[in-house]
Amino acid sequence: MSHGQLLVFEVTILVLAIFLGFEVISKVPSMLHTPLMSGTNAIHGIVIVGAMLVMGLDHKDTLTTVIGFVAVVLASANVVGGFVVTDRMLEMFKRRKPERAPAADDGKPPPQQ
Amino acid sequence: MSQTTTNLLYLVTIVTFILALRFLSRPDTARIGNWIGAAGMLLAIAVTFAQSEVVSYWQIGLGMVIGGGFGAVAARRVKMTAMPQMVALFNGVGGGAAALVSWAEFHNRAPAPGNLKVDIGVAIMLSALIGAISFSGSMVAFAKLQELIQGRPITYPGQQVVNALVLGGALAAGIAIAVGGEEQWLMWVLLACASVFGVLFVLPIGGADMPVVISLLNAFTGLAAAATGFELENNVLIVSGMLVGASGTLLTLMMSRAMNRSIGNVLFGAFGQVSAGAEAAAGTDGGTVRSAGAEDVAVMLAYAHKVVFVPGYGLAVAQAQHDVRQLADLLEEKGVEVSYAIHPVAGRMPGHMNVLLAEANVPYPQLKEMDEANPEFGRTDVALVVGANDVVNPDARNNEGSPIYGMPILNVDQAETVVVLKRSMNPGFAGIENPLFYNPKTVMLFGDAKESITKLIEDVKGL
Repeated sequence: MSHGQLLVFEVTILVLAIFLGFEVISKVPSMLHTPLMSGTNAIHGIVIVGAMLVMGLDHKDTLTTVIGFVAVVLASANVVGGFVVTDRMLEMFKRRKPERAPAADDGKPPPQQ
Repeated sequence: MSQTTTNLLYLVTIVTFILALRFLSRPDTARIGNWIGAAGMLLAIAVTFAQSEVVSYWQIGLGMVIGGGFGAVAARRVKMTAMPQMVALFNGVGGGAAALVSWAEFHNRAPAPGNLKVDIGVAIMLSALIGAISFSGSMVAFAKLQELIQGRPITYPGQQVVNALVLGGALAAGIAIAVGGEEQWLMWVLLACASVFGVLFVLPIGGADMPVVISLLNAFTGLAAAATGFELENNVLIVSGMLVGASGTLLTLMMSRAMNRSIGNVLFGAFGQVSAGAEAAAGTDGGTVRSAGAEDVAVMLAYAHKVVFVPGYGLAVAQAQHDVRQLADLLEEKGVEVSYAIHPVAGRMPGHMNVLLAEANVPYPQLKEMDEANPEFGRTDVALVVGANDVVNPDARNNEGSPIYGMPILNVDQAETVVVLKRSMNPGFAGIENPLFYNPKTVMLFGDAKESITKLIEDVKGL
């Protein structure tokens, strides 16, 4: 594939990704906005692939190595932190039984956190 | 591994990310969605390691251990109330990584003249520019939310001009790179100007608007990641970055729409700079404020039929979510109907209050969104406002001079009685006067939200 063809192909998938991004997100309830933002935040940690490619090249000088190394560190923090924070948020969204209220008359105090 | 296999496996990663976003849009599948995304990320990392041109395994591994270790510890240790600044921080480092990748790419490609094709040059310019803005902007957002610097808008004369000059400098260097200027110093100018612009751009934005800003910067980092995909001719970067760019943009627009303001107004309006005229028009001066003790409020609550809690950022600051839930349970035992009215932009992130209350195990059928909550205030005996301010400010309905005029609010003033838990009479984060406090129906209960709620619990128990 020539460079021009490749570019057109890349732009095509870019445009499709824009529509897909709008489409997938348009139905999210506002209560999930925080985890959603956090989840997409983790996904753009994919830049770690770019950092690895830059860092991993054989023929490179010291400056590239240093920049690439810092990029790997930052991107890894983005990936791991992003997914862990999102998971911690979502952990708390367990569905609870709505009939919890009548059960409160068994004399026990409400559970302490 | 052949290039074909690599690209097919990257496609699997793309699919997992799309599924992750889809699953994240429903409460009962959201957590699985996040795990699917994480699995896809792991696959992408493994595939990249397996590529023949990647050789520096141990260096990459070391970087991952340092960065990943930091990310894991920070994300584990952070309190639920500090989540927004954590998201800002992780977003910023992602943007920084994208900027660095394009710097390294430029450094690698530039020495051989003619090596830099225009489209690659444009991609390098964009990811360096957007990534650096996202990095420094997120760090300022982090500092504001962590209260390392003041949350109120920071403004000075000629601010827009300075901003325009700095951004112009970054763009000029970027355009020079894009049209084939292969001097290394151009990149330094670009990165420096873009970083400074990120700082200047977030400084004048008030704390109350941080949710919109973080969301926007999140989209920026996605775009920067997509641009690095063009530099490296890598589809997984292009598609995943753009997915985040598009969804982040949509989320940003949804949020500014919820505040009934244009995105331009949020970003450049230096929100919270109330004009003297608007303040006078609010008619708050001369009004009196009624304050009450916890025991009086406890009586009101215990003998009400219906109580609606209206949480805001103050709840997060005071870490009072568990106490609120305990008070709610106590009231339910006494036969009071309890619900929570959640404004879409209460707190510092969309859905912030939902997360906090979910942490305290509040059953989420009790959480009512604005459209559902507002018709209920008419038959509510007590609306208990816990640390919310702007989202219950009636000026948004009545006072055209108010900076928040037109923003949909929770109509707590339609309840029989409004109890406002607040630390002092200081205006909220946005610095706007609130006539609700001067309403004859309103009773103020001053003090830290957590302490006040604890007192209320004791007093209700004693009745």
